[in-house]
Amino acid sequence: MSLFEIVKFALRGLTINRLRTFLTTLGIMIGVMSVIVLIAVGNGSAKAVQTSLDRLGTNSITIRSGASGGFGPRSRGVASNTKQLTVANAYALMNKTLAPDIKQVAPIQNANATCAVGANTTTPGTFVGSWPSYFEISNTPLQKGNFFSVEDVAQGRRVADIGATTATALFGTDNPIGKVMKCGGIPFTIVGLTAVKGSSGFQDGDSLVVAPLTAVQSTLSGATSALSNITAEASSSKVTTQAQAEINTVMDQQHQIHNASKRDYSTFNAAQLLATSSSSAQTFTVLLGAVAGISLLVGGIGITNIMLVTVIERTREIGIRKAIGAPKSAILTQFLIEATILSVVGGLLGVIGGYIGSNFTIAGTKPVIEPLSVILAFAVSILIGIFFGGYPASRAASLRPIEALRYE
Amino acid sequence: MTTVIDVQHAVKQYGMGDSSIFALDDVNLKVESGEYVAIMGPSGSGKSTLMNIIGALDIMTSGEYYLDGIEISSLNENGLAILRGRRIGFIFQSFNLIPRTTALKNVELPMAYQGVKAAERRMRALKALEVVGLADRVDHEPTELSGGQQQRVAVARALATRPTLLLADEPTGALDSKSTSDLLDLFDQINAAGRTIVVITHEQDVANRAKRVVRMRDGKIVSDELNKERVA
Ligand SMILES: Nc1ncnc2c1ncn2[C@@H]1O[C@H](COP(=O)(O)OP(=O)(O)OP(=O)(O)O)[C@@H](O)[C@H]1O
Ligand SMILES: [Mg+2]
Repeated sequence: MSLFEIVKFALRGLTINRLRTFLTTLGIMIGVMSVIVLIAVGNGSAKAVQTSLDRLGTNSITIRSGASGGFGPRSRGVASNTKQLTVANAYALMNKTLAPDIKQVAPIQNANATCAVGANTTTPGTFVGSWPSYFEISNTPLQKGNFFSVEDVAQGRRVADIGATTATALFGTDNPIGKVMKCGGIPFTIVGLTAVKGSSGFQDGDSLVVAPLTAVQSTLSGATSALSNITAEASSSKVTTQAQAEINTVMDQQHQIHNASKRDYSTFNAAQLLATSSSSAQTFTVLLGAVAGISLLVGGIGITNIMLVTVIERTREIGIRKAIGAPKSAILTQFLIEATILSVVGGLLGVIGGYIGSNFTIAGTKPVIEPLSVILAFAVSILIGIFFGGYPASRAASLRPIEALRYE
Repeated sequence: MTTVIDVQHAVKQYGMGDSSIFALDDVNLKVESGEYVAIMGPSGSGKSTLMNIIGALDIMTSGEYYLDGIEISSLNENGLAILRGRRIGFIFQSFNLIPRTTALKNVELPMAYQGVKAAERRMRALKALEVVGLADRVDHEPTELSGGQQQRVAVARALATRPTLLLADEPTGALDSKSTSDLLDLFDQINAAGRTIVVITHEQDVANRAKRVVRMRDGKIVSDELNKERVA
């Protein structure tokens, strides 16, 4: 008998109990959809990390105090003679003979302060004291007004450039330039508004205050000369490795270090950060994928369950078919096709649902569909149909006609 | 004449030990081509068991069975399916039509499994339904047919494949006297056309139409005689 004929039997079989067919298809659909959407979410957050690092500038190199122990909490105070990073170090790095591949340098002093204008208050996510070079190194263009100047740094003037989020929190829609805000009780005059960066991942890039290093050090960070870190920019992304080596030479000199393993500072370039972050984003994606995979598996078990019930319900019918000459293969094929149709239709609907679902922002992330996950989820759903449908199907096909006929 | 059915020392045992039952206890039966045999006997005497073995639906505990000279136990599952489809037409006591399927499709089904082309299948099915007097009921599903009509669909299904052997287990059990006599007339025609018929029945009227009557009791054949009125 032709396959076409068996397909017709299978389709008829599926229409006998429409609600059940619908629910099984739904199970597979949800499984496939969640695989696609969750992987898209993981993928989207990885992409977000990437763009935020791109924005950081892949040419930038960060120098931190303390021996290198990977990115993360610094192993500070391991050696008692650890020297802090100072402005003098930053000046030394600007030596064009010793460090020809470094374009510019910015010493950074992080501060934590709540800023207020009248009744409006906000705590900027990033509050840094630095040099004007910070803006270029950190890819922070200007929207309105001016960057504070070298002169402002030299004079220790209490001026600041702020990001859009901070501006809105303090001034609403008013133009903030020329106005005064009080941060940690210290008045700062706003000279410029930085261009909108957008939020990257979990951090709002526009919740920002940048002020002259000298002003921050003399007021908010308690007049110590120890910097949070120093950021340098290589002349191009091709020379970041050379630039890093030059930084090491200069810093070794500055800190009187003769053995590379005894360095009391560490350097990271954005490319390294990128690698670390994308590998953690990958882990996240794999985790989400695993959760989704389980739901797909549950959908598959649903198919087995339904096919088993179907086979039991139709035992007598199977007996009749066998008694009038249906070969085992025809019965097997019929039930396999029923299971496959369930999973293919469920899989297709899941793919459509996945594409629709990925248009929404989920958990603050814009999902980005990974084409491979679509193909994989669809293929797996079909395999699940065949695999999980196969067992009940072969049970049905193996029934002895007399046993099947006697079944009540 | 060729031998269609040749059952030798058939034993069918159900259960084990003390509670075991011999549904068939050393049964020997030979049926030649073109015969019309009625099997009678009290309830539980093993008639259906014998029929299921003859129809290759069930297997014996011991003994041999040749159908058209072929030893049944030598066939694999697929071979049995082909044999059931091509040689044997079944009419069950309980009709055994496929639910939610029209009379026409039910009759076509065995031919579908045999690979008969759709057009020919339809033609033969319509013809068979016409023969049983259901030409106007081809598109009805089993639940829309009376018991007698369902039984006639089952007969049409058994006939449409042109089996050499027609097996019927209490085919008239659910029929009134009119339907019974119609069916028996049909059996006469089929038999006259050269088909072999084995029919299980409780009813003497039905047995009277057969050319040979086999009586069973407790899994054994107790008598086997020709019907003198019918065999001229
Ligand atoms: N699957 C089974 N398991 C156990 N015993 C069975 C089974 N099928 C039949 N039997 C027993 O085998 C014996 C013969 O049964 P069978 O169905 O052949 O009787 P029968 O002659 O067709 O009776 P009836 O006229 O009532 O249909 C009975 O005693 C029955 O109880
Ligand atoms: Mg019986």
